[in-house]
Amino acid sequence: MFEKGEEGRLAPGPALGPEPEPEPGPEPGPSSGSGSVLGNGINPRTRAVKLRTRAVNLYYGDYHALRDITMDIHGCTITAIIGPSGCGKSSLLRLFNRMNDLIPGVRVEGQILLDDQPITGKPTDVTMLRRRVGMVFQRPNVFPMSIYDNVVIGPRRHGVKQRLALDAIAERSLRQVALWEELKDSLKKQAMGLSPGQQQRLCIARALAVKPEIILMDESCSALDPESTMKIEGLMLELTKEYTIIIVTHNMEQARRVSDMSAFMMIDEDKVGTLVEYAPTLELFANPRHQQTEDYITGRYG
Amino acid sequence: MKLSARAGQRIAKTLIWAAAVAVLAVLLFVILYVLIKGLPIVNWGFLTEIPRNMGRDGGIASTIVGTLLITLVAIVIATPFGLGTAFYLAEYTREGRITRIIRFSAESLAGIPSIVYGLFGFIFFVDILHLRWSILSGGLTLAVMILPTIIRTSEESIRAVPDIYREVCFSLSATKWQTIIKVVFPSALRGIANGVILSVGRCVAETAAVVLTAGAPLRMPSSLSSPTRTMAVHFYLLVREGISMDNAFGTAALIVILIFIINVGANALINRAMSKNRTR
Repeated sequence: MFEKGEEGRLAPGPALGPEPEPEPGPEPGPSSGSGSVLGNGINPRTRAVKLRTRAVNLYYGDYHALRDITMDIHGCTITAIIGPSGCGKSSLLRLFNRMNDLIPGVRVEGQILLDDQPITGKPTDVTMLRRRVGMVFQRPNVFPMSIYDNVVIGPRRHGVKQRLALDAIAERSLRQVALWEELKDSLKKQAMGLSPGQQQRLCIARALAVKPEIILMDESCSALDPESTMKIEGLMLELTKEYTIIIVTHNMEQARRVSDMSAFMMIDEDKVGTLVEYAPTLELFANPRHQQTEDYITGRYG
Repeated sequence: MKLSARAGQRIAKTLIWAAAVAVLAVLLFVILYVLIKGLPIVNWGFLTEIPRNMGRDGGIASTIVGTLLITLVAIVIATPFGLGTAFYLAEYTREGRITRIIRFSAESLAGIPSIVYGLFGFIFFVDILHLRWSILSGGLTLAVMILPTIIRTSEESIRAVPDIYREVCFSLSATKWQTIIKVVFPSALRGIANGVILSVGRCVAETAAVVLTAGAPLRMPSSLSSPTRTMAVHFYLLVREGISMDNAFGTAALIVILIFIINVGANALINRAMSKNRTR
């Protein structure tokens, strides 16, 4: 599944900032976890909580988009947010790196805590937050520059100027997405010339180059062919060794294949997005507790 | 009579083709006519000597220098202001009363005949600010004149940069300013440059606004506060006073060539800047 698996992993270089240290420890979730375990045999709920939301409500002007979202996202796991179109999956995801701030009239109630520090409200350094929480978007959207420039654009903005440091970051990031061997001789070429699958992996490399702790992926495979999708899913599994990944996906099979925890969202009677069920993926797909969840994952709902 | 879809298609195609050919023909005719009449007049002396005897003899060196300096002043002053306004309108403010007022003012400015700018420049720069008839007065007047063009073309090309680029850049924890400088501006550069090049052409060709603000002496300008005669003004006076049709055509040919050189040179510069941006 993952051709360059062994080389793809690279120890973090020196002087590139501290690594997010996941502290494994007992952390009971909102409902009791059962026999569901990660691929490596660890129950996702035993991982430390990286990100918490507490009764989060989101409004766009008068429009109430999200109601009372409370969930704990565990470090070094993949959390999938699933649900029908328009249920607020992307809105929720974009709360985690404050991308909703770009929309005029947006208002957030409740608390979101990253490593127990609040990231809602004015005092938050949004730029710093986005260094810790990276994002990959739906479509591959490389900048019209060279492959190299695309990868190092983030670190450059943060003041890394030395050629050698940038080269190291570029190599590390491209190795992490298994593009290094393919592209190491054409780093000066236009990124626009790559295939969509390569472009999306480049976008992931670009997000990784900033050394985030959390990576948000907003339907990042939906514009790709099955083969590229498989590659990226392989990458995601590889990346959970160091990173916490939160994905939004329409593809339930994908959620089932890659995620450790799944959150099912729906719009309620008032057309407001709510979190219906949040559980380890194996549990949620095997024994959904809510009728709505069951209807959705069995395909009885749009 | 009802035309078949096929016949309609053919007729439409012919008409569109004919329109394009007609435009091209007129353009070629004008340029070739000017060049054929004017180029034989142009020689080394014409380029390097200042006009003598009202322009009947000698060259047009002083008017070439005057044209270049006035255009330079206008562009150097108008571009930063125009770009600043465009970025303000496109990136820093939401649609509202202020943007409407700015945009309405800019569009109104664009519709004003250049002689009115000349009058404004004469009253404001020449008289009130005591800049006299000078390259500076002329350049400032032209800067005001081309400002709307630069604002509009820049704003359009800034808005044409896909929003997703900004989002991606923010998500990489760039600040707004870094996003604008490193992603939006390079992506919009070609459009912005086109607006500036268009404005250069208008400055080089402008007559009415310049004759009222920079004067029309034949001597070589010695500083930005010297009055000067531009090539366009020289051409106008040679023809209107019936001084020398030959020299008028020579001047016209050089205006055409100058604008051509500026366009080609500017494009080459932009291409270099863009490719540098790509590989660095």
